[in-house]
Amino acid sequence: MRELTYREALREAMAEEMERDERVFLMGEEVGHYNGAYKVSEGLLDRFGERRVVDTPIAETGFAGVGIGAAMVGLRPIIEFMTWNFSLCAYDQLVNNAAKLRYMSGGQITLPIVFRGPGGAAHQLAAQHSQAVESLYAYVPGLKVIAPSTPADAKGLLKTAIRDENPVIFIEGEVLYGHKGPVQDEEYQIPLGRGEVKRTGQDVTIVAWSKMVHAALDAATELAKEGIELEVIDPRTLRPLDDRMIFDSVKKTNRCIIVEEGWPFAGLGAEIAYRIMKEGFDYLDAPVVRVTGEDVPMPYAKNLEHEVFPGVEKVVRAVRDVLYS
Amino acid sequence: MDKTLMLSLYRDMIRIRRFEEEAARSYSRGKIGGFLHLYNGQEAVAVGAMSAVEPTDYIVATYRDHGHYLARVGDMNAAMAELFGKADGCAKGRGGSMHYFDVAKRFMGGHAIVGGHVPIAAGIAFASKYRGEPDVTLCFFGEGTANMGAFHEGLSLAALWKLPVIFICENNLYSMGTPLYRTLSVEDVAVRAKGYPMAQEIVNGDDVLEVREVIRHAAKRARTESLPILIEAKTYRFRGHSMSDPAKYRTKEEVKEWMERDPIRLLAERIYALGIANEEQLKAVDEAAKQEVAGAVRFADESPSPDTATLFDDIYYEPEHHEQDEKVVPLEKRRQQASV
Repeated sequence: MRELTYREALREAMAEEMERDERVFLMGEEVGHYNGAYKVSEGLLDRFGERRVVDTPIAETGFAGVGIGAAMVGLRPIIEFMTWNFSLCAYDQLVNNAAKLRYMSGGQITLPIVFRGPGGAAHQLAAQHSQAVESLYAYVPGLKVIAPSTPADAKGLLKTAIRDENPVIFIEGEVLYGHKGPVQDEEYQIPLGRGEVKRTGQDVTIVAWSKMVHAALDAATELAKEGIELEVIDPRTLRPLDDRMIFDSVKKTNRCIIVEEGWPFAGLGAEIAYRIMKEGFDYLDAPVVRVTGEDVPMPYAKNLEHEVFPGVEKVVRAVRDVLYS
Repeated sequence: MDKTLMLSLYRDMIRIRRFEEEAARSYSRGKIGGFLHLYNGQEAVAVGAMSAVEPTDYIVATYRDHGHYLARVGDMNAAMAELFGKADGCAKGRGGSMHYFDVAKRFMGGHAIVGGHVPIAAGIAFASKYRGEPDVTLCFFGEGTANMGAFHEGLSLAALWKLPVIFICENNLYSMGTPLYRTLSVEDVAVRAKGYPMAQEIVNGDDVLEVREVIRHAAKRARTESLPILIEAKTYRFRGHSMSDPAKYRTKEEVKEWMERDPIRLLAERIYALGIANEEQLKAVDEAAKQEVAGAVRFADESPSPDTATLFDDIYYEPEHHEQDEKVVPLEKRRQQASV
């Protein structure tokens, strides 16, 4: 098996799908001649040409809408947002059009489109460039939301997303692009709505996605030294959510922590906690705890930014809380 | 002058007028809910435009979409049933007045966020160009849209990529209750085209033949040269913005002046002058339209309400659910399934 970076895995997924299906094209800011703001699309213009790798002006509403229109009549666009922060300019397109056209038309419209790009905070990019948007999109019926944590998941899920007949919000981890991991040589897809157990353990279930999976795994390594075994569940797809996998784990460990980068109020973790409470109330030996980003716009200063981020220390502290140790 | 064409334009326009009048009545009787935006007075724009293009060309409309739907699709029963929120409506009762759809006839919907559908129309045209297909996209909107960001982004991309799309601004002088001199920094929306740049044209929106001619040329140019255009049709809505709007912001004199230029009457007078038909013959066309509307009301009355078991259908395209369509799944179960 090969080692690929997360970035290369995503690129391979797009290249394979573009090779396979003429209807698939990539559109976004800097995706072509500049080879991608984050180099995810590097080389795709040379390989597929300007017809299928389309540079756009800075006009998120415009090109998101163009993608939706093209998908309405049977193309399969991949729309890249340079970052998901900028998708908020196109929020109307995604929420009012992409998510609702099928339903509003009584099922006449099928909308096979993927919106993808990096999400979450990187390093010292301040408030407008450092936000986790998954809760904003997972809230909306009609959208599917994916946030992969590893190169292998990124590739398999992006391929499935491109073949899906529905609008898919595909949120990549901005700090994960250089992250390496094994990716199988043969072609494969990963079904949406299926999580993966990233580490098995008996003591506490940790639910985390995207880069927070890595914080959870680091915490697990640290706590294993003390004999505390964490089970790390990565739902991978946030809508539809594999809550069965989460319930099964909680029934075993009786304790659960949800780690998410976004803000706490009305965040996705609150919904997951509610579902665990409702389905697994009798199995819980401690309240479900959420470890989230702090409830502030992201500050620039390094030390302040560090305070906001839900890192390993906060996860470890939460584990001690639910173990009452 | 093509006699058949003139009569068919008249028929299409009077059908819309009679349909809208009945919609207003049914609304007052409580048979129609929500918002209802009527097209009375603007019929020449939709009818002239549809008559000028191929049935394979795409139509994208706004929330004031009854006229466009009837001019393109023509199915009064499905239109009325949709207003009544019935299962046989053109969007199965999911859309209502503002969201008519008939994708098979390339009527790509009524869209109710002002300006939001402009980039979508550009995208449909993008797909035609991508596939090398000859189809042109017609995008309708009001002058209020000309101040929205989505409008500018859609037009700027259409110009940049030379997309075969015809933007048709139906300038009815009021964005809801505000006259355009208080909302628009230019007198004519058409001049906005200059900056992208793209071709522009102003047309008398009361004159169905003039609209038809202008759209015909634009469609030919879009089809052969793949170029967009912004066409501004000067028109007037005879009624308020929606049923809840008594339109007190307009003077009686102004309304009277425009109603004297009623596009249907203008066409009728032309038909008489050319000796194509006499008053009695047009009256028969009108009578037939009224009968058809009455039939549509009966159809809509008799059509069942959507089955609550279908509440969660069509949120997503799900092949496995389509296979299960025949089975009756209780609503509570569907509710659980939908809550992913």
